[in-house]
Amino acid sequence: MATHAAALQERRAPVAREIPHTVSPGLWTLAWRRLRSDRVGMVSLVIVALFIVMMILSGAGLIASDWNREVGVNYAPPSFLGGETAAGASAARSGLPATETAPQGAEYKSNVADPIGDVIEKLKAGEAGGKGAKTDRGESQPAAAPPATSESSEESVDPLASVMADIRAGKGVEAEVKPIERKATLPFGGDKWGRDVVKKTIKGSETSIFVGLASAALATFLGTLFGAVAGYFGKWVDDVFNWFYSVFSSVPYLLLILAVAAVLQQKGVITVILILGLTGWTGVFRLLRAEYLKHKGREYVQAADAVGASNARRMFLHIFPNVSHVVLVQLSILVVGFIKAEVILSFLGFGVPVDVVSWGSMLNEAQNELILGKWWQLVAATVAMAVLVTAFSLFTDALRDALDPKLKGRAGA
Amino acid sequence: MANDDIRGTTSNARARGVDAPSGDALVSVRKLRVTFRLDRSTTFEAVKGISFDIPRNRTVALVGESGSGKSVTSLAMLGLLPPENSIVDPSSQIVYGGRNLVGLPVSELRALRGADISMIFQEPMTSLNPVFTVGWQLEEVLRLHVGMTGRAARKRSIEVLREVGIPEPERRIDAYPSQLSGGQQQRVMIAMAIACEPKLLIADEPTTALDVTIQKQILDLIADLQKRRHMSVLFITHDLAVVGEIADYVVVMRNGEIREQGPAKSVFEAPQDTYTKALLRCRPQLDRRPVRLPVIDDYIHGTGPKHTEERRRGVRPSDPIVLDVKNLGKSFYSREGLFGKREFKAVKDVSFQLPKGKTLGLVGESGSGKTTVGLTLMRLHEATSGEAIFEGRDLLSMSPKAFMAYKRRIQIIFQNPYASLNPRFTVGQVLVEPMQIHGIGDSSQTRTDMAFELLDKVGLPEVSFYKYPHEFSGGQRQRIAIARCLTMKPDILICDESVSALDVSVQAQVLNLLQDLQDEFGLSYIFISHDLAVVKYISDEVMVMNEGQIVEIANSDEIYRHPKMPYTRKLLASIPKGWHGAAKRANDGSR
Repeated sequence: MATHAAALQERRAPVAREIPHTVSPGLWTLAWRRLRSDRVGMVSLVIVALFIVMMILSGAGLIASDWNREVGVNYAPPSFLGGETAAGASAARSGLPATETAPQGAEYKSNVADPIGDVIEKLKAGEAGGKGAKTDRGESQPAAAPPATSESSEESVDPLASVMADIRAGKGVEAEVKPIERKATLPFGGDKWGRDVVKKTIKGSETSIFVGLASAALATFLGTLFGAVAGYFGKWVDDVFNWFYSVFSSVPYLLLILAVAAVLQQKGVITVILILGLTGWTGVFRLLRAEYLKHKGREYVQAADAVGASNARRMFLHIFPNVSHVVLVQLSILVVGFIKAEVILSFLGFGVPVDVVSWGSMLNEAQNELILGKWWQLVAATVAMAVLVTAFSLFTDALRDALDPKLKGRAGA
Repeated sequence: MANDDIRGTTSNARARGVDAPSGDALVSVRKLRVTFRLDRSTTFEAVKGISFDIPRNRTVALVGESGSGKSVTSLAMLGLLPPENSIVDPSSQIVYGGRNLVGLPVSELRALRGADISMIFQEPMTSLNPVFTVGWQLEEVLRLHVGMTGRAARKRSIEVLREVGIPEPERRIDAYPSQLSGGQQQRVMIAMAIACEPKLLIADEPTTALDVTIQKQILDLIADLQKRRHMSVLFITHDLAVVGEIADYVVVMRNGEIREQGPAKSVFEAPQDTYTKALLRCRPQLDRRPVRLPVIDDYIHGTGPKHTEERRRGVRPSDPIVLDVKNLGKSFYSREGLFGKREFKAVKDVSFQLPKGKTLGLVGESGSGKTTVGLTLMRLHEATSGEAIFEGRDLLSMSPKAFMAYKRRIQIIFQNPYASLNPRFTVGQVLVEPMQIHGIGDSSQTRTDMAFELLDKVGLPEVSFYKYPHEFSGGQRQRIAIARCLTMKPDILICDESVSALDVSVQAQVLNLLQDLQDEFGLSYIFISHDLAVVKYISDEVMVMNEGQIVEIANSDEIYRHPKMPYTRKLLASIPKGWHGAAKRANDGSR
């Protein structure tokens, strides 16, 4: 192909002068033109592109690199709820006027109308038993500096506390100043440790989208390769691959993922990608096998055989460009599926490790927060995921229509 | 509302007496205009305001090449055009029984379809539902249109099947379509179409997918039914020769317009339009063999046909032999039961010799094994037995590696130029690839130059190099396929039905090209076709095959004039003779 292109390139220059004509638009150019006229498709494409740019920037450490810093107070509420404290937010929820000066504990005690007040009380009591420092902080004024003892005891619960401690220790003076800087509110609230939810969501997108893209690429690659080989060669090769396919698709999906997760043992982003990639190729395989079966009997492939093209050449140079639109659409569908799968895995605790944030781990944390009425982390992660997944799905539809315009007509008829 | 408007305008038109449909016609088409919406902004006018009549008890032939709008016209008459992208101009009229069918509500059209106007399609295999018996499908038609059910419907179905010539109709009525042959399936389609005694039968290329012997039977059946049932028939075809024997009136269409219409006698004997003249002349005829076939352009540009002198054909014993095929056999195996295998012998013990620079025509009906012979020689199928000696070596037994060197020496041109070119390759890539594989030309520059040379040779402009196959017409694509073969400078070219899918006028151009190339490079052809007239024109020697065996092999003039075997005689008798043949036969009969 490269040499073909080179040949064309070489030839194109002199001829362009003789004949005012350029190379005819190929499949991809035409598909792009059709896609561009699809308004929904283009809007989705822009949204998906924004997410991917965000992922790249975040990966390069240009944005949200300090997501781990505890910049706000614990469970700092979103700014748009007004300059309320965490206590105020609780009060607002229960329909009582916020008393900014009232200590959090007192507020709860006075609030008899709160139906889950008892539960919270119990939880707080439990927390107090485990982590004394936390209760101390909760009872003190939010803006006030916490006692120095809270730093050391925090270490036992926050895995990053040691890192934070190092930073604080290294920066000397800041260690004293920092806690005072903690803000009462954050743009979209803070989590349990007072980390900015917006930054957390951006960092979480990085993980989730990267896992989605990489595992979809791996699964599509495996599925295409296996499907091509099985469909093209047929006979016993096909039987072997079909046997593998049957085994993989006979085990319930989640069980298979858990099994692979158990075998791989160590947690990490790469592990999640491998798990999803190694279990997700079956759908692509089935489709591509059928496509190759269909195409290998076509006359153009016979014609390629007649001019002496080798098997590999026929498989990848002749047939592949004719089925590549199927691959692309499958890839797109898988990305959406795998972003969701990563979220589910991380939510269940089989996904990324605790020191990496993803939408799934955010949702996992949000479980407990929701009981306390801290809804912002849940909303942030859910909205980000919903927007991306919806945009990606709509883009996939537009892509399929653009690549195979006949399909659209048939669906409409 | 729209329907009311349409009817309003048509009644006005009638009141004013503009283009009033003639009273004795069964169907009058007036100013029919059909437009297709291609995408948001572009439209394509497929039928450009045509007018013609279908008289009672007569057969009208609608003749035209692909893209002429003939099928669109017939679909418009039944209201079967896809509503989402086609527009029948509201001022068009299709008057049947005093009613304008254009703009008629779907429910009323549906009542007409099948009962008054019915249609048979090109592909009987896809037009019949494979999961229902023939009887069930016939009885359904009767139930829907006549309200006939139960025993009465079954009795009527058997009658109709007998009428269309199905043997043992009492037994065949319970057969599934797959248990019938192609010809019988088309007979069942005809039975379904005539079951409700329609006034008009529309036959859209009903014989194109069938073998020549079966085509003859179906044509006879349609002509016979037309007389007995007092129906009118609208016979749509691309082949003038087919309608010569059955049409009373001929309408010639091109690019959505009517070029000529009139009684068959005048159209065939004294065509007025240049296009009609060209259509009649450019099909190879059995009794003449000009050096070059006339093509449409000869007439359109008014130059008239060139090189009309006779070409001499035939093989002499002194001709050098380039390929010697001995006892070629090919079997296909299908699984039967758990362990069993069933053998199907597609080619049995075929031996022939191909002289250098000559053409061997290979004719036979579908299933005769003629294509398998070609594919086996190319080793696209592995032969079961036999040998093919080329330059002293057996091509069939050598290793695939050793065969690579010979692969470029024998090339093949497939039937369907729409399928044999990779749609993702530019023409340039199509042409350069074989040269790369076989190391012809030392740099990409020389290969590209050679490709340009070959494009010129097959009569395509240089810009074609950068285009994709879908931008070309069928004839142009077949030229590209020929150019691809020529890049390897082959000694033998196998043409597997290479012109069968092309329009008559394009067919003549491609045949001329093949002829020129043989004259210039001394290529040897194995020309496989079911079309006996084409084979007669291009071949020096003809081999007739049936059921995998050679029936007869002889010089082409010899075999057409004095066929020895009964099967060959039967084949030759089925060739549509066109008007001249029909007229001659009528004269013979009167004498």
